[in-house]
Amino acid sequence: MKVILIAKAVLVDITKCIGCGSCSVACKLWNDLEFDDSRPTVGVEAQLNDVNWTAVQRHDVQSKDSPQALWRFVKQQCLHCLEPACASACFSKALQRNDSGAVVYYPDLCVGCRYCMIACPFNIPKYEWKKTFPLVTKCQMCSTKTASGEAPACVSVCPTMALKYGERSALLKEARQLVNTNHLYIKEIYGEYEVGGTSWLYISDVPFEQLGFKTDVGTKPLPSYTHNFLKYTPFLAIGWGMFLTGLSFYTKRRNKITSQKQADDDNKETTSRKSESTEETNNENL
Amino acid sequence: MKTFKIFGWKFNITPIRICLLAITAISIVVVLIRMITGFGVITNLNDDWPWGLWISFDVLTGVALAGGGYSTALIVNILHRDRYHPIARGALVSSLLGYLLVMAGLFLDIGQWFNFWRPFISWGYSSVLFEVFWCISIYTTIQVLEFGEIVTEKIGQKFHTILKKTMPVLLIIGVIFPTLHQSSLGSLFLIAVHKMHPFWWSPLLPLFFLMSSFFVGAAMICVESTVASKAFHHKVSLNVLSGLAKISGGMMICYLALKVYDLASRNILPLVINGSLEANFLLAEIIIGVIIPIIIVFSRAGKTRKGLFIYGILASTGVVLNRMNVVFTAMAKNNGGYYLPSIWEFTVSVGLIAAGCLVYCFIVENFNIFGHTSHDQEQHRQSYKISA
Ligand code: SF4
Ligand code: SF4
Ligand code: SF4
Repeated sequence: MKVILIAKAVLVDITKCIGCGSCSVACKLWNDLEFDDSRPTVGVEAQLNDVNWTAVQRHDVQSKDSPQALWRFVKQQCLHCLEPACASACFSKALQRNDSGAVVYYPDLCVGCRYCMIACPFNIPKYEWKKTFPLVTKCQMCSTKTASGEAPACVSVCPTMALKYGERSALLKEARQLVNTNHLYIKEIYGEYEVGGTSWLYISDVPFEQLGFKTDVGTKPLPSYTHNFLKYTPFLAIGWGMFLTGLSFYTKRRNKITSQKQADDDNKETTSRKSESTEETNNENL
Repeated sequence: MKTFKIFGWKFNITPIRICLLAITAISIVVVLIRMITGFGVITNLNDDWPWGLWISFDVLTGVALAGGGYSTALIVNILHRDRYHPIARGALVSSLLGYLLVMAGLFLDIGQWFNFWRPFISWGYSSVLFEVFWCISIYTTIQVLEFGEIVTEKIGQKFHTILKKTMPVLLIIGVIFPTLHQSSLGSLFLIAVHKMHPFWWSPLLPLFFLMSSFFVGAAMICVESTVASKAFHHKVSLNVLSGLAKISGGMMICYLALKVYDLASRNILPLVINGSLEANFLLAEIIIGVIIPIIIVFSRAGKTRKGLFIYGILASTGVVLNRMNVVFTAMAKNNGGYYLPSIWEFTVSVGLIAAGCLVYCFIVENFNIFGHTSHDQEQHRQSYKISA
């Protein structure tokens, strides 16, 4: 899958997020998701699930400079990988990356095998465990809304402008400049290279591993792991088939020859006239 | 034992079979509830553990244990080791049943089961699961046709010659596809590289899955033939079994060597003895499932029925453990959360096996499975008679 240049992205500035949860409300309203008080979208307990496509998690962090308690909010949702593991894992193409870079789920095509959940390195796709005909759920990057040029619902309601929607390359440039010039930020953009790059980018003043980010996912796109295996399969199958056919003929012939030899050896011990007649029968029978 | 005869078909009823029937009946009810209510009521699956007992045991382990079909086909029909012919049909039947059960298990585990045919139309060819899906479907069809050759001895005889003629082709395709999907089942997990413990995630996963499915085939045949000899008074000659076990033992040695090499090349061999949960599970899997069976096969015990039976049990247990480790132990740290299969998930898994046993008994008692010798062999015998 090639990276599409006009890919859109969202830049999340963690230093600006105040944890108001407006984005999660907007997400629920736009996507018609159930509000459930027992499954909060903001706070320490906040978690993604089938009705929370986004969650604003509170992380208490310990800073070495000041003894004061410190906390940060991290908005979670699908990161919309440039080379999505989930989409490459779906065997019925129910997950597809569209031209603007959103990884979109098409429920009609879904079989419900949940392989996408295994494949996603960030454990993003969730499942409707309580429903009779459950579907996979995840942030769609408001693909129907952005198609008409608007920003995703969550981005457009953020009161502190912690979320910013735009072209990925432009946002990256902006972010890079910010982290390089402002000493507050750590000099890293999460999502720039992770698993080959993602469409949601994060900048922060606290190291990402302290904020629950997965920092050990490498920069290699995950679909390449399977691609390296799958691309050889057709050749392996054909080669293996030919090998087996050859082998089958060879061993069959070898068996024939050995049994004939055996028969010949037996025959030597008997009289010549007798052996002639048996050889004939042998040949016929074999 | 009571025998019922209905339209020429034999049904034997024994106390054990009544138990099996009861288990099957209960699990059918559970399955119906699952179909009507989804996963929440019946299973303990959750967002942290999207794959549970049904995938790990019924599907992954099921396919591996049913590997006896293709490994025997390879030995008998491709390598033409004719002395193993007497077990070919038995292996085919249990393998076919195994695959049908796997399909049933998969069907239960997919949320949109009415949509199961989608991947035939909407090709997600970049997915390993796509390959697995196609291969298993095709292979099951081929096994049904191969089995058709046996069935048409009894009913629908006019198709028998056609099937018999296509057999050589079927047999070769019937070895290609299992080789592909046995290894693909391992490759399914390649993409989960950052979620699995390095003991089990390896670039060689496909090869490990393939090799273990090959050697467990013979192990299962040792177990099956012991059970079958009790139930059906059919004894496979000791020679055949120990020969088969030796072939599989050889494969196990290769497997073990490759495993050690794999761990060593990724510098994690020392971790094996650090006493962590993962290390202990890995050791259990390797010692019980590979090392002890190798010792048995190549010692004097490998020439006794009892030894071979124990070998079979251990090697199969090892493969079960391995597949469980791949799905559960390897992911435990990453997934967090908690999953213990519910009683109903166990019931369904046991129920599938029970149903399989019942059908197996029926087939063995109604078709010529064990009394079968090859055409070639009969000819050999004839020619020897003449020359003697
Ligand atoms: S974060 Fe996960 S669900 Fe989202 S696109 Fe990437 S792989 Fe898919
Ligand atoms: S659960 Fe649905 S979307 Fe996910 S991999 Fe399976 S078919 Fe595709
Ligand atoms: S982009 Fe849309 S779907 Fe995704 S979190 Fe924001 S509002 Fe929800």
